[in-house]
Amino acid sequence: MSDDVAGNGAQGATGTDAVKAGLARMLKGGVIMDVVDAEQAKIAEDSGACAVMALERIPAEIRKAGGVARMSDPEMIMGIQEAVTIPVMAKCRIGHYVEAQVLQALEIDYIDESEVLTPADEASHVDKRAFTVPFVCGATNLGEALRRVAEGAAMIRTKGEAGTGNVVEAVRHMKTITQDIRRVASATPDERFAIAKEMAAPLELIEWVGLHGRLPVVNFSAGGIATPADAALMMHLGAEGVFVGSGIFMSEDPPARARAIVEATTHWDDPEVVARVSRGLREAMPGIEIAELGEGGLLQTRGW
Amino acid sequence: MSGGDARRPRIGVLAVQGAVSEHEAALADVGARTSRVRSAADLEGLDGIVIPGGESTTFGLVAGESGLLDALRARVDDGLPVLGTCAGMIMLASGIAGGGPQPLVGGMDIVVRRNAFGRQVHSFEAPVDVPVLGDPPVRGIFIRAPWIERVGPGVEVLAEHGGHPVAARDATRIVAAFHPELTDDRRLHRLFVEGVRQKAAASEHEEDTVVGAQ
Repeated sequence: MSDDVAGNGAQGATGTDAVKAGLARMLKGGVIMDVVDAEQAKIAEDSGACAVMALERIPAEIRKAGGVARMSDPEMIMGIQEAVTIPVMAKCRIGHYVEAQVLQALEIDYIDESEVLTPADEASHVDKRAFTVPFVCGATNLGEALRRVAEGAAMIRTKGEAGTGNVVEAVRHMKTITQDIRRVASATPDERFAIAKEMAAPLELIEWVGLHGRLPVVNFSAGGIATPADAALMMHLGAEGVFVGSGIFMSEDPPARARAIVEATTHWDDPEVVARVSRGLREAMPGIEIAELGEGGLLQTRGW
Repeated sequence: MSGGDARRPRIGVLAVQGAVSEHEAALADVGARTSRVRSAADLEGLDGIVIPGGESTTFGLVAGESGLLDALRARVDDGLPVLGTCAGMIMLASGIAGGGPQPLVGGMDIVVRRNAFGRQVHSFEAPVDVPVLGDPPVRGIFIRAPWIERVGPGVEVLAEHGGHPVAARDATRIVAAFHPELTDDRRLHRLFVEGVRQKAAASEHEEDTVVGAQ
């Protein structure tokens, strides 16, 4: 991580590592909800979301519609920014740094360089150090997470498998990251050279993880969370908060479900609360078995 | 109601959402015991409480529904020492300038403006002179930070930045728009915990006197 882009605002130094990673710290323990318009954004805020993710179509719809998924219309994003006081995030395509520049010009609070959109560059992710706005990126294992951190990501989330309502991939990715961290932490200094090579991650970051036993930035879970119990499960597994995409607005009663998932994320280790808030939520979004997607249907394999 | 050991007071951290572990680490560094507060029952036995940074709308909503907000307000009104940073400062204000109504703890005679310095691209860090903490200035990390727009007579401004009050205190409350818990500087936490210690020692002394009289 570097302070390369730290600029000088009217009040002080903007875009520093502390300022970028700091906002993610303020989001911890919270739920970030995908929304497609101002009305949904308001529902999310009124349900206790700690931030919203503005996008044109939620992942389940993107999956259905097919074609190329791109950054959202700035008009729509601005409408959402007007509607709520909580942070507004938006997605750019992997490697599409002009979309990221547009989002920064719109003063979006966090950019998700996301595999849910169609990748724009098959070789490189965005150099996130060159931005004042912080980035969150998806990861399926520690090496991938640390490559994104090296590029300047100030927050990590599991990729999971977006738009499926099936939490199994998010669980796999969170457990893999945790297991990878344990392995690095228990490795001897000389073994960490080999691990850095094997995981294709910078040695300094592997050593940092070894010393501290955690990722250098906040780690949320995303991709397939559809119920309050799903959210609580991810918190048990070590997530510091959750993203819920299709799970809320593809369900039958979005406000009630949004509210319940927020409660379950705060009270994740209290099964009585999770039980109480899970009652009477009507139908969750229809889920998809991962095997039905086939290799080509997976979003998590986008990015590297 | 006291945690029972004035030297190592028990400080709760409101744990609805937000930067909880950072405050726990800072409090431990200055010799306090900590516990997380998610329900009204968790307020039992606390000598003080911290309301961390996070989203104040989330705090108000989640704590409001469970009855925690009312219980917390009652304890704070009753003199439980409290430290609020960023969203915590918003929660303790008696009013919000230019914003719609939102559930607050309230009680401190200040009016704050949310996101006063702008969206995240305008978030910044800068040295902030806090005379009560001495030299050097605090490394002030301001994240979508509020400022204090109006200060009542019983409130002492502890720091200003860009012409706006950004830290203040009254008899039992300390608030800051920035995040000392994101730095290694423990002076603000020490100031808070010192106040809690003095209050806890005074109330232990009171209890001793009552027992002695029986």
